[in-house]
Amino acid sequence: MTDVLPTGERRQLAPPVNETGAMGWIRKNLFSSWGNGITTVVLIVAIAWALSSFLNWAVFTAVFTAPSGQACRGHGACWALIHEKYRYIFFGSFPYGQHWRPLLAVVTMLAMLISSADRRMWNSRLIWIWTIGSLITFLLMFGVLSFPISFFLLVAAIVGGIGLSMRGVIAEPVELNAWRALAAIGVVGLILRIVGVMPAWSLTLAPFDYVETGLWGGLPVTIILATYGLLFAFPYGVLLALGRRSKLPLIKGLCVGFIELIRGVPLISLLIMASVMLPLFLPQGTTIDKFLRALVAVTLFAGAYIAEIIRGGLQSLPKGQFEAADAMALSYPQKTILIVLPQALRVVIPPLINTFIGFFKDTSLVLIIGIFDFLNTANQALVDPLWAGFPAEVYLFAAFVYFCFCFSMSRYSKYLEVELNKGTRR
Amino acid sequence: MLRKHIAGGAVLAALLGIAGTAHAGKDLDSIKARGSLICGIAANGLAGFMVVDSQGKWTGIDVDVCRAVSAAIFGDAEKVKYVPVSGEQRFTALQSGEVDMLSNNTTATLQRDTALGLDFGAVTYYDGQGFLVNKKLGVKSAKEINGASVCVPSGSTTELNLADFARANKLTIKPVVIADMDQIRQAFFAGRCDVYTGDSSRLYSTRAANVPPPAKPEDFIVLPEIISKEPLAPAFRHGDNQFGDIVRWTQYAMLEAEENGITSKNVDEMLKSDNPSIKRILGVTPGMGKALGVDEKWVYNIIKQVGNYGESFERNVGMDSPLKIERGLNALWSKGGLQYAQPIR
Repeated sequence: MTDVLPTGERRQLAPPVNETGAMGWIRKNLFSSWGNGITTVVLIVAIAWALSSFLNWAVFTAVFTAPSGQACRGHGACWALIHEKYRYIFFGSFPYGQHWRPLLAVVTMLAMLISSADRRMWNSRLIWIWTIGSLITFLLMFGVLSFPISFFLLVAAIVGGIGLSMRGVIAEPVELNAWRALAAIGVVGLILRIVGVMPAWSLTLAPFDYVETGLWGGLPVTIILATYGLLFAFPYGVLLALGRRSKLPLIKGLCVGFIELIRGVPLISLLIMASVMLPLFLPQGTTIDKFLRALVAVTLFAGAYIAEIIRGGLQSLPKGQFEAADAMALSYPQKTILIVLPQALRVVIPPLINTFIGFFKDTSLVLIIGIFDFLNTANQALVDPLWAGFPAEVYLFAAFVYFCFCFSMSRYSKYLEVELNKGTRR
Repeated sequence: MLRKHIAGGAVLAALLGIAGTAHAGKDLDSIKARGSLICGIAANGLAGFMVVDSQGKWTGIDVDVCRAVSAAIFGDAEKVKYVPVSGEQRFTALQSGEVDMLSNNTTATLQRDTALGLDFGAVTYYDGQGFLVNKKLGVKSAKEINGASVCVPSGSTTELNLADFARANKLTIKPVVIADMDQIRQAFFAGRCDVYTGDSSRLYSTRAANVPPPAKPEDFIVLPEIISKEPLAPAFRHGDNQFGDIVRWTQYAMLEAEENGITSKNVDEMLKSDNPSIKRILGVTPGMGKALGVDEKWVYNIIKQVGNYGESFERNVGMDSPLKIERGLNALWSKGGLQYAQPIR
């Protein structure tokens, strides 16, 4: 076809009305034969009937405010129940007067997640967003946070070590010395602290009343478990994936064994291990926070899955990339962090989001160890005898909230897939 | 992404730091040192027995047991931390010291008392296996359920009790065995079985809480027959006798108060009573609190803040609640029930 339309005497006639537009589409797709026509009519009637009775129940005869469940009986949906219970469903047993704290924590976490969803933010700014955001989140949830000096020393040692290994050959000597100094301060400080020379100093932030994890519940718990479970699982999944491809038989064997062990058992059995078996091994009177146990179990479990996803990404890298990195005399950490991982991770981001969606829903299993996440607080709201007997309303509400989260994540993953493949598209 | 790890590490360390300070003690001293009683309750909840209200607070007759013990120890019924435990985890949670006591509808049995290293307090609720039926069935007694299909939880003594009951009464019944409690309820209300058998507390709770509209709770009745003994009692670790005494005598105190007509409303006037036994109970004549190792006003605090046994019963599961359970076996011994407190003297 050429760009210039032929201008001639013959005018082009518009196609018959029946073949184009809405009419044409309907004819072609819904009523192309007698059989199709009848099916269409029957289905439309069925859908209309189902939809109208659903709307009748959910909207027209529904009760939106009522003093108790009794007043709802004999009517349609009892949304008054949600009206009465939504604060418990969202925030669990967190002290009622302070529900603004978990609310702000959820908002903070969502803000962190949404801001890290934007590709323009994928740089060092993320460190600050997540450090400050996490600090705010946990400060809101706990009310009181205490950081011992050994924590700061540990961070210094780790940051120094990472800086040193990443900038090894590349950086100026001045910069390298700075990294060395940081790592040395951290390591020496830690040793002094362990030996007991350094006093047990700690930084305590206490803007609000302390609220223990036992009182947490609802949406913050679901989001914290899924987000931080995967956040902690990520670096450790990367290490597992690299270890699995290692040429050292011991490391490889350990990694393979660990991944297969974790993948071979269901999450619920890990949670039961953490809640029933673990306390028996500990000396009596010592208990590890239940929430932390759940977080560790989720992290271990997610790590094994993430490791396998990342291994897929590593395998998709052409061998030339590794050889090129070697040719530039990059060390193993530099090669991995600067050349290999950025390319491998790009490939695996959509399946990672898929894992996140899965874990967002899997967190409901923590009921088995007595933690109330969003679905379980919804379940618990059903037990109240004053408001009993309306499970459909509560589950629809819970499903709606889960859908909002999971659907937006899956849309985001789709967008990312297009966005990240711009480079490979013609 | 690696950067997130660093930020995440901070939070993990913070969590660890906080977790490290939360030690659970194993006897009365550590409860006192902690300043709160940690009470294990059923994670699934049970209407009337342990349930969270719209403000996120636990209420119920089992929760009142915890509140009463807290009132006896601290003079304040609100110094309780509730830890929801699942059926699988409850005894481990107690053994490992994660909770100080269980008040979650646990039946006291010899096995649990001995092999599991637990002790049980006084029975707070005499339960037993019963039958829930739809009124439409027109059955007045469990002996009339010949030919009926019966929903029963699997792998429990409930199933065996049912078989024994059927054989003893020459009834032919069709057991419908289902593992999950929620599914049993669904099956029963969907009409897959005519009768639902289980602990009667659970049956009343189901009737009050789970009848799907448009049916009403009044459409269902719990038949009068009780075919097993399920004494529900608070459990605590073996070996801390003083704490055990306090848990046991807390229940007796609530019963003694009911027997003597002391309620949360009149307890202040009762302080002026001339009745020597009331004076002893409320600590006007000192001695009882000292003997138990708690404040002399321990019973006053329990009754003022939680109420006597009858008040707790009626408020949570009795006629003042949607459950409408009769006192039955749980009436005072003087009124034909089994609740018989050892005297406070």
